[in-house]
Amino acid sequence: MNWTAIWVTCQLASLTSIALLAIGLPIAYWLAYSKWRWKFLIESIVALPLVLPPTVLGFYMLVAIGPHSPIGQFYTDIVGHPLPFSFHGLLLASILYSLPFAVQPFATAFEQVDRKLIEASWTLGLSKLMTFFKLIVPLSTAGLITGVVLSFAHTLGEFGVVLMVGGNIEGVTRTVSIEIYDNVQALDYAAAAKTSAFLLVVSYAVLLLVYAVNRRVWSVWPQK
Amino acid sequence: MAAEITLDFQKTFVGRASITAQLRCPLDPPSVTILFGPSGSGKTTILRCLAGLEQPDEGTISVGDEIWFDATARVTVPPQARRLGYMAQDYALFPHYTVEGNVAYGLTGVSSQEKKRRVDEVLHLLQIESIARQKPTQLSGGQQQRVALARAIARRPRLLLLDEPLSALDAPTRARLCKDLRRLLTQLAIPSVVVTHDWTEALTLGDQMAVIADGCILQTGPPQDVFSRPRNAEVAHVVGIETVVQGTITEVRDELATVQVGTMALTAVASPTLDLDVFVCLRAEDVTLELTGSAETSARNHLKGTVQTITSLGALVQVTLDCGFPLTALITQSALRELNLCLGSDVRAAFKAGAVHLIPRN
Repeated sequence: MNWTAIWVTCQLASLTSIALLAIGLPIAYWLAYSKWRWKFLIESIVALPLVLPPTVLGFYMLVAIGPHSPIGQFYTDIVGHPLPFSFHGLLLASILYSLPFAVQPFATAFEQVDRKLIEASWTLGLSKLMTFFKLIVPLSTAGLITGVVLSFAHTLGEFGVVLMVGGNIEGVTRTVSIEIYDNVQALDYAAAAKTSAFLLVVSYAVLLLVYAVNRRVWSVWPQK
Repeated sequence: MAAEITLDFQKTFVGRASITAQLRCPLDPPSVTILFGPSGSGKTTILRCLAGLEQPDEGTISVGDEIWFDATARVTVPPQARRLGYMAQDYALFPHYTVEGNVAYGLTGVSSQEKKRRVDEVLHLLQIESIARQKPTQLSGGQQQRVALARAIARRPRLLLLDEPLSALDAPTRARLCKDLRRLLTQLAIPSVVVTHDWTEALTLGDQMAVIADGCILQTGPPQDVFSRPRNAEVAHVVGIETVVQGTITEVRDELATVQVGTMALTAVASPTLDLDVFVCLRAEDVTLELTGSAETSARNHLKGTVQTITSLGALVQVTLDCGFPLTALITQSALRELNLCLGSDVRAAFKAGAVHLIPRN
């Protein structure tokens, strides 16, 4: 088995989950509590990676972060090399690609916190931010764990986006799923079987964790 | 500016009656104001506007010289800055904290020693030290109510808002805790606004009350006055109790109490936990009128009186008598004709001992 590919994949999945915890919390908070009538526009954008072919997402990512775009140029000026076909570019694409897998369980969990408890906290003098950390987060732990674990698992198995944005650079952007593809291309079925079995076991274990933590509520889509 | 809470606002809703509230509650001396009305009348919404959890569409809310809401000047003080003690109907205890943790929750910005001291103080005040380390789900309804009260008063609020503080409890517990709550409110001396639909609670807890129906405040005044002198038929219908007079229990025998009201002695069913000073409450429909000199009936109370007013209410007639105290009876038009009643007629009022409700007063 190619341990380098496994290491790259684990790094990518871990960093993606951590980043999504930071980015996903405020987005989910806004989605759960905003009363803006056009909220569904943002909800749909967040959910887009669920239905979009990874190649499409990857294509737009490539264009957006390529050396001819303002973001790409800015990055190249500061870091010295372009974003596409680098680990950071791949990480950025993974975060976008797994966004709904984190945000939606978070938002579902927040929506299930009793409004009366939140109001009680406000009348006791706690600001909205303090209420978030002292009340909403502790009562949403199951949903938070679900979101983090799902985005981790989803990143483990991503293929199309990696191929489009990351390329196939050994030790930098070659992940386990690409490795399996390469093995099959090279007719090395024994290696592909081993790596596939590994990914299967890990994915199953991760989902076991989600279901064990949260037996009743496992929803990729927030239920109204 | 006078030390009082002034509400003067409107809030409109799609598909149900809008709410118009004009109310003044004195802050000094601290008193308990009851918002009384049937469910759906808008009393909870008024309380929530006072708490800052909902905003009126027009008008102002001020407390002392602070303006909490002013639609024209676009002033809205958030609930966090109002220094409130707010207790929701189902108590809204935080399930992930212990009783102690719930009470300490709002005590931010004080040292940990001070926090502990104040938590111990309110736990002691409400006699819930023994359950300090339990989680809310392990508590009985009465215990939850005390914890919610403790949490609300721990911050030493300048205004206490209680939404149906007793309605989530079973009847015996409710009667017991109602008296406790009155004692506590007197002891705390924090101005309070209490929402209730129960007239016994209104009489026991309130210094003044506002009767609310369909989003409008119909009458304000001391509870006893409002109950015994409803301004119009609508108020009388909403409060549902027409005669409220002060009495003193002079004797209790065989679970029957003799109550002295002015010069008259009434017989009532005694409940075990009564003080000697009581409000004597009677529903007008429980009072029958009969001609003086007619045969005695099973009713324990027969009072002679003279007719003071006769008010037609459609099929029914409301007759007020002077029996040494004002007494209201509700009879049919045909009964009025048969008895040949007119102003100044002598008549006898009768009611059963079980129809007399005794409410403690302090």
